[in-house]
Amino acid sequence: MKKKTGTFWSEWFVTAPSFLWLALFFAIPTLIVISFTFHGHTPNGGVAEQWSLDTWRALVDPDYPTIIWRTLRISFKVTLWCILLALPCAYAIARLDKKWRAAVAGTIMLPFWTSFVVRVFAWRTMLHPNGLLQEWYCAFCQFGDRLFHAMPAFLQNTLVALGLATPGVFDPTNATILDSEMAVVLVSVYSFLPFAIMPIYSAAEKFDFSLIEAARDLGANSFYAFRKIFIPCIRQGIVSAVLMVFIPAIGSYVIPQMLGGTNCVLIGNKIFMRAIQNRNIPHASALATVMAVSVMLPLALTVWWQSRQKAREQKRLDEEKAATARTMEAAS
Amino acid sequence: MSDFLVIDKVSKRFGQLTAVDNVSLGIQKGEFFSLLGPSGCGKTTLLRMLGGFEQPDSGHIYLDGKDITELSPNLRRVHTVFQNYALFPTMTVRENIAFSLRVAHVPKEKIKESVDNMLEMIRMQDHAYKYPTQISGGQKQRVAIVRALVDHPQVLLLDEPLAALDLKLRQHMLMELDIIHDQVGITFIYVTHDQGEAMSLSDRIAVMNHGRVEQLDKPAKIYEAPVSSFVAAFIGDTNFFQGEIVAAEGDYCTIQCPGFGAISAFNDRKLAVGQNVHLSVRPEKIRVTLSPPPPEKGAGINVFQSEVTDVIYQGVYTKYWIKSAGRSVSALKPHSRFLLDQEPITWNDKVFMWWHPDDGYMIENFSESDAGLVQTPPDAPKDPNGK
Repeated sequence: MKKKTGTFWSEWFVTAPSFLWLALFFAIPTLIVISFTFHGHTPNGGVAEQWSLDTWRALVDPDYPTIIWRTLRISFKVTLWCILLALPCAYAIARLDKKWRAAVAGTIMLPFWTSFVVRVFAWRTMLHPNGLLQEWYCAFCQFGDRLFHAMPAFLQNTLVALGLATPGVFDPTNATILDSEMAVVLVSVYSFLPFAIMPIYSAAEKFDFSLIEAARDLGANSFYAFRKIFIPCIRQGIVSAVLMVFIPAIGSYVIPQMLGGTNCVLIGNKIFMRAIQNRNIPHASALATVMAVSVMLPLALTVWWQSRQKAREQKRLDEEKAATARTMEAAS
Repeated sequence: MSDFLVIDKVSKRFGQLTAVDNVSLGIQKGEFFSLLGPSGCGKTTLLRMLGGFEQPDSGHIYLDGKDITELSPNLRRVHTVFQNYALFPTMTVRENIAFSLRVAHVPKEKIKESVDNMLEMIRMQDHAYKYPTQISGGQKQRVAIVRALVDHPQVLLLDEPLAALDLKLRQHMLMELDIIHDQVGITFIYVTHDQGEAMSLSDRIAVMNHGRVEQLDKPAKIYEAPVSSFVAAFIGDTNFFQGEIVAAEGDYCTIQCPGFGAISAFNDRKLAVGQNVHLSVRPEKIRVTLSPPPPEKGAGINVFQSEVTDVIYQGVYTKYWIKSAGRSVSALKPHSRFLLDQEPITWNDKVFMWWHPDDGYMIENFSESDAGLVQTPPDAPKDPNGK
């Protein structure tokens, strides 16, 4: 009994600092932000003393669902593209000779030496309507347009149904990249790609590539081996990459502010607007709470999905085991 | 061409290094064939070319009459058991074994049946649902072997499969491998640097050195009749005697070794007087006794009076370093019976060492560098001029 108390106290001492840290800098501020949402705001930018639900009532702005949906959609797109690009990148770096690996991984981090805002602003110049990227984009679209119109009708309809094409003729005058959702996705992918490559790379670096050889040896083609051996082995890295991209993407406001124009306002911009321009802290807090929930929801879903997957796997194994035992019993 | 697997003048270079140098081999169907050699001799490169992981710079590989030189690994029915086993960590033992069948879209019931058979063969039915991290080294090894055997490949390549196991387990797995080979009847190509493994398993052995095949023969022939000083020194241990033939009559000849004496030897190649030759005498062929050899052993045997300089007790036998006429010779003496009151031969004893002329073998190709592979007495100076 005495020993047990001893362990209790020593455990408590070891964990106390991190608990304190979490409480002081995470739990309490979050609770403060949430508590702000149940107050009104004062004209000079403060938080009113009396409790009210006015702030939550004010959230019934018809714009907000659209903005939240847009934020989630863009974050999802950005995450998807980042993972798709990071996988081959990380694979390639991990396969490099050891002396090159650190150098190449270093170049991925190189952009961080320049200010984030400067880099995003540079994209404004690069995506300028008279710029080269815009020209290439129009040429590409026109080529695709011609291809689309040369197709038989049923193919056109399938592509439209799949969301891969829009009916009608391509109009270059309305197809600027700048100040559009595309610019936001493009630059977000550019900005967050290192955060996707790094966790996948560190998982891939530990991957034993002789397993790919073994799979090839047993008859699998390269893609099958990549899919069935490499991806499952680095699954943990992919999960952290998804979180590392999705969470900052959902809260980003500099990129949509500078490149999204008026058509691509995200929830981050709204919070900024309410807090700084309208000096309405409770309103901004309410939006932040909504945002936090929408970040934590996918997180909770991932955790839940993973544990369910694990349980299912265990169940399947147990069933198979039982089935084998039954057949063995029947045979003997 | 009756050989099942033909390696025809295959060479492979890595930059300046020639890993495999114009190797030609023919391997029969169902054979247990070993590639034996020191590390860096090109045996693993040759194996990787058979598996399809490396392309030869020149030459061809034919399997069952078809040229498979350029075929990618997944398209040839040649499977490899890797040194580190390379079991898939995210799959159970059962899923690992089923992998090649799943890739080939074999029906589920068929897969289950084949995998069950394999599990039974290695007696691992109880471990079927464990992950590779949850089983022991010997079990991993067995899983790796049947994973490569389950879809009945034409050839199974084994790349030093026992290197990571401890001695007892290795001996056990050797027997198991032999049994598996007898059961499945698939051609096994076994790469190893361990002569004991190669000797006990193989139908034939190819001894490799510097990318070339030095000798290709049955284990006993390789051991008893090595063609080169490399084979003689690498397989087991030996004593080299260099000298000139001073007399030759019938099947025997006399070799005068400078600084040692006259040795009588079997002259199977009918070499003439005046030839310079190298003789290899294995340590276990040399008898060490306190009294001279009994007369019934014949008059023609080689007898040398000598002195014991070192005794190394090794359980099964004792190794003696004996000095005669300024030269150290190693000899192995098996123990017949342990008698406490018997006086064993020990340090500084004056002894007779003797061997029959038939026990020496004259080496065709001798290279000074191979003499360095032979064990030297523990107190011998590294540099002959150092003292």
